[in-house]
Amino acid sequence: MIDIHRAIEAVWKIESTRLIAGIARVTRDIGIAEELAHDALVAALEQWPEEGIPDKPAAWLMTAAKRRAIDSLRRSRMLEQKHGELGRELELQQRRLSEAMDQALDQVIDDDVLRLIFTACHPVLTVEGRIALTLRVACGLTTAEIARSFLVSEKTLGQRIFRAKKTLAEARVPCETPRGDELRQRLESVLSVVYLIFNEGYTAAFGEEWMREELCNDALRLGRMLAELLPEESQVHALLALMELQASRTAARRGPTGEAVLLPEQDRSLWDHAQIQRGMAALDRAQQLGGGAHSYALQAAIVACHARAGTAAETDWERIVFLYDALLQISPSPIVALNRAVAVGMAQGPAAGLRALDALAPEPALANYHLLPSVRADLLAKLGRHAEAREELHRALAMTDNAREQNLLSKKLKQATFKD
Amino acid sequence: MPQYLVASYFPDNYNPSTEDEAMVRAIDELNEEMIAAGVRLLVGGLAPPSQAKSLRSQPDGGVLITDGPFMEAKEHVGGFCILEAADMDEALAWARKGVIACRARSEVREIPYSSLPSGTPHPSRQHREES
Repeated sequence: MIDIHRAIEAVWKIESTRLIAGIARVTRDIGIAEELAHDALVAALEQWPEEGIPDKPAAWLMTAAKRRAIDSLRRSRMLEQKHGELGRELELQQRRLSEAMDQALDQVIDDDVLRLIFTACHPVLTVEGRIALTLRVACGLTTAEIARSFLVSEKTLGQRIFRAKKTLAEARVPCETPRGDELRQRLESVLSVVYLIFNEGYTAAFGEEWMREELCNDALRLGRMLAELLPEESQVHALLALMELQASRTAARRGPTGEAVLLPEQDRSLWDHAQIQRGMAALDRAQQLGGGAHSYALQAAIVACHARAGTAAETDWERIVFLYDALLQISPSPIVALNRAVAVGMAQGPAAGLRALDALAPEPALANYHLLPSVRADLLAKLGRHAEAREELHRALAMTDNAREQNLLSKKLKQATFKD
Repeated sequence: MPQYLVASYFPDNYNPSTEDEAMVRAIDELNEEMIAAGVRLLVGGLAPPSQAKSLRSQPDGGVLITDGPFMEAKEHVGGFCILEAADMDEALAWARKGVIACRARSEVREIPYSSLPSGTPHPSRQHREES
């Protein structure tokens, strides 16, 4: 038995991006476009269970949105000219609006979709606003779904979207795809939003769940869409490579009881090897386009080193250290430096790793970051300094709220208790 | 993300020359849309069932080859699409569009094991493909 509401939701998910993109071409305002599209969805939810899903759902939704648009045009004009007659001008405007919307649906073009994504990720918005709006207009997620993904109330999320739309309208952000140099700059904002969505899914910062796969899938889909729409942009392919390669480990990152399994202990036969190929192909493409030295490409190249190694022991750690050095040169970050210290520990031994790590200790950004003591504990344990390792694990435990990570740390602590 | 086979069934006497311009355009547009959404992995159109050959293994270990489709029916698979979708609901939503565009009937099946990008290799191959 096919559940009609789920069927409607699925139709919405695949049609909404182009629908909103098409309407936005006419309204030049994605907030209004999104509201009109949403009104159309409400109408569909009322009528389709009775009448069945129409042959051309996108056309149906566009017609419903058009009706709404004309209604609101008429209403706003009526307020303006309370006493005057609704003259020919209004009729003309209505006809123009109606024709433009018919035309928009007839040929929603790639540029419409790009424009939609670039506007939703506009730098004038807060990062949270960009993420929420992008998931809403470019991934077809409902407010409730986004709220659930980010563990905030539906009301909070609704306000976040409302504010984002208001900001765009107030700042008079034109709904357009930037060109030339501006495209590069704005693309960075788009890609960072996509990667934040991915990461939110990949490593949940708080809460019970270690990963929320649907968010990863939404980000991957956005990435693939962008690679299709902007095939000459190396950074797009590099980010796609990074996400595909990381996502290829999904099945191996969780043990039978949902516990986290870290890279060295992962069963590599569970890695999705076809997805690895896809990621490698995207990385090749980024490098061919001359983007091999950019941040996403270097990060992808690091993940690719792991993907190429049949076992953890076969990993080319020297190359990973080299890639981290390159990454630190272009985007110095304490987290990257921390990862580099882990790689140094693997390539040159735990003592060298500890030296690299301790060089970072004064870094204020790492003061409350649980991975610093956790990594330190690993290195100390390898050097046989178990009492110090236990101390570090206790510190790490106090710093994380993620239940799965806490489990992982407690397990290590238990193992360390029987040493020395 | 899981992969799905959408197999389209056409009547045996199907004549492709009856496809009008509007239908060709609708199919084209749907293909473009599926590529842009990143869901289309592979599509194929098949030669008519009259050109099919069927094979059956025999008890003596031999193989019997006969002309024509394996099953006698009025409709046969005429084309297929392999797509990647979040779940069966989404696959059905795409298949629905396919049915409208191709004016055909279709069947959707999940593909748990596949050698296509992002597919999961068959369990018997998982260890081998790793090396």
